Amino acid sequence: MKILIKNGRVIDPLSGIDDTLDILIKDGQIVELKPKIDTSEARTIDASRLVVTPGLIDMHVHLREPGYEYKETIASGALAAARGGFTSIACMPNTLPVNDNRGITEFILGQAKKANLVNVFPIAAITKGLQGKELTDMADLQAAGAIAFSDDGRPVTSSLIMRRALEYTRMLESLIIDHCEEPELSADGVMNEGEWSLKFGLRGIPAAAEEIMVARDILLTKLTGSPLHLAHVSTRGSLELIRWAKANQLPVTAETTPHHLLLTDKMIANYDTNLKVNPPLRSEADRAALLQALQDGTIDAIATDHAPHAPDEKDVEFDQAPFGIIGLESALPVLLDRLVQKKIITLNRLVELLSTNPARILRLKNKGHLRVGADADLTLIQLQKKHTLDVSRFASRSRNCPFAGWSVKGMAVMTIVGGRIIYSTLPQ
Amino acid sequence: MILKHKHLLGIEQLNPSEISTILETAESFLEVSRREVKKVPILRGKTIVNLFFEPSTRTRSSFELAAKRLSADILNFSRVSSSVVKGETLKDTVLNLEAMNIDALIVRHSASGAPHFISTFCRSHIINAGDGTHEHPTQALLDAFTIRQEKKRLRGLKVVIVGDIIHSRVARSNILLLRKMGAKVVCCGPPSLVPLEFRTYGVDINYNLDEALKGADVVMMLRIQLERQKKNFFPSLREYISLFALTPQRFSLAKKDAIIMHPGPINRCVELSAELADSARSVILKQVENGVAVRMAILYLLLGGKEREDTD
Repeated sequence: MKILIKNGRVIDPLSGIDDTLDILIKDGQIVELKPKIDTSEARTIDASRLVVTPGLIDMHVHLREPGYEYKETIASGALAAARGGFTSIACMPNTLPVNDNRGITEFILGQAKKANLVNVFPIAAITKGLQGKELTDMADLQAAGAIAFSDDGRPVTSSLIMRRALEYTRMLESLIIDHCEEPELSADGVMNEGEWSLKFGLRGIPAAAEEIMVARDILLTKLTGSPLHLAHVSTRGSLELIRWAKANQLPVTAETTPHHLLLTDKMIANYDTNLKVNPPLRSEADRAALLQALQDGTIDAIATDHAPHAPDEKDVEFDQAPFGIIGLESALPVLLDRLVQKKIITLNRLVELLSTNPARILRLKNKGHLRVGADADLTLIQLQKKHTLDVSRFASRSRNCPFAGWSVKGMAVMTIVGGRIIYSTLPQ
Repeated sequence: MILKHKHLLGIEQLNPSEISTILETAESFLEVSRREVKKVPILRGKTIVNLFFEPSTRTRSSFELAAKRLSADILNFSRVSSSVVKGETLKDTVLNLEAMNIDALIVRHSASGAPHFISTFCRSHIINAGDGTHEHPTQALLDAFTIRQEKKRLRGLKVVIVGDIIHSRVARSNILLLRKMGAKVVCCGPPSLVPLEFRTYGVDINYNLDEALKGADVVMMLRIQLERQKKNFFPSLREYISLFALTPQRFSLAKKDAIIMHPGPINRCVELSAELADSARSVILKQVENGVAVRMAILYLLLGGKEREDTD
């Protein structure tokens, strides 16, 4: 089956394309990309009022399966991703049991295949059971399909274990993704430490709890020469450390999240547990620094850290609620509305952050790029579409979204994975 | 409701004139408790629940007596003898109590914001009787009442609050109230318990108690919890006492007519010498007496009078 996408505004940051072009897809690949393609045998999609980008990649999600299927399943998470315009997602290993062995990695891939929607790339644990003590069989996990390694949700507190993990993944040409948190310093904190934690009487998590580990990881990257990706960077201090690493040509990359870019600690005034995340929502100064870092390239990627929790789990006292919020179905609309429409970053830059760079960081060679021979993973976006984020209609099994009810402009209207339309709101 | 709020969640939500209304109303209730027959029929037929998830002597008893002296029916709920120990959630506990047609819930909980959370799904009036390390509004109101009783005013007074400020809901509510009413507040204690961010409340911070006490009209001592030392907020109790305990010698640096307050329970000879605690300058037991009157005023202002449209 061939698909012809006609007259779209095609944006591909890697090749510098931002032009009106036609794209012909066949057998899961892009086979032609030029100003005017005419063929009668293809299903034709009129994209004349749409933006066509390489498929968006969310390199940090929690799909909860196996073990917490009441929060999310691989199928429901994959559908949420498709509806949010994502064609690939990388899922963290903190399932039950933990993805620290080939069996779980294969199970995740099997479930993803059954769901038959977006590409699901499992991230395996760095240490067995996420205990921070013994390395997993990384080569075996990689052979089974693990794309990277992380103990996300828990820090690797031992600097020695982190050093060994970095050394070992260099041989595998894989990647360590670290959740940076010094657990003694964050202790039983529930929100960012500062003026607002003091006013709300909630225990604080200082910025230093993140920054100490960012600094440690960067120095271990210097020691080992191994690539390192920093998950959900949230503080100004972390950004300064990353700038230092990049200025010294260290192989360090970093992501931040839509919520750290758009929300702050001050908003917790009504104890809304949908604002409880880890790392916590930071100060306005941190948020401003993150926006700056999107512009100057200190931040390479935006990832949602999609973390579903059942409504009952969040409908409790702030102290009791689990950390985490969902983001797959809100990320693109809020980023288009609050960053692109408000001219904080260009649309091209957003595509870099959501597709080009995640593909590069995860070494997905045929993704994040629109060129002949690349995988036919594409996202079609309608920039002017005004809508309200209605969580009750989300495909995710969970509803813990702080952007619920936001009026926004712009959304994905079609998601194509491997040359197959898996989601569309366009008239047939 | 005579107060325009449905709930009393914190001092944060009150403006100076509302605070004055509460304090003035309490004046008239003070006399009720001193009568032979300590009862007025103002809240007859109302059902109030004391929902206490944390231990409390003063606050729980004070609310109970306040409700009884206004002729309301009061139900005492305590965590240990409830289904909470069976794992019932806070929301379910409250919804079940509310199904019994109650009018008000007085909430004490270890989680900051718990009364705010309850107010999002509950029809009854909520009164915050202390939430985590956030607020304890009725304590601040009874403290202000006591200060006014002694000093005839709040504006312009120098109030020194000493001790574990960061973990104290009493301190937060007092700071908010005193600043709204135009008093000057100085916080004193070790930096680990008195972070500089408190300056955003418009208070001064002084780590030297002798300096802080100079010219003080009111000295408010806070309970120091022994578990704080285990977490290294300060090196030892001995050192804490040497730096931050109120002794007669130190207290002489305050104004001649200065008063000593404490929200209780006191650690005798820790934050406060026994001699001072029992001295004529101590108004600690007056605070307790006034607590009943202030809580009667709050219950009356929230539950009594003609019902108006909810405004919040």
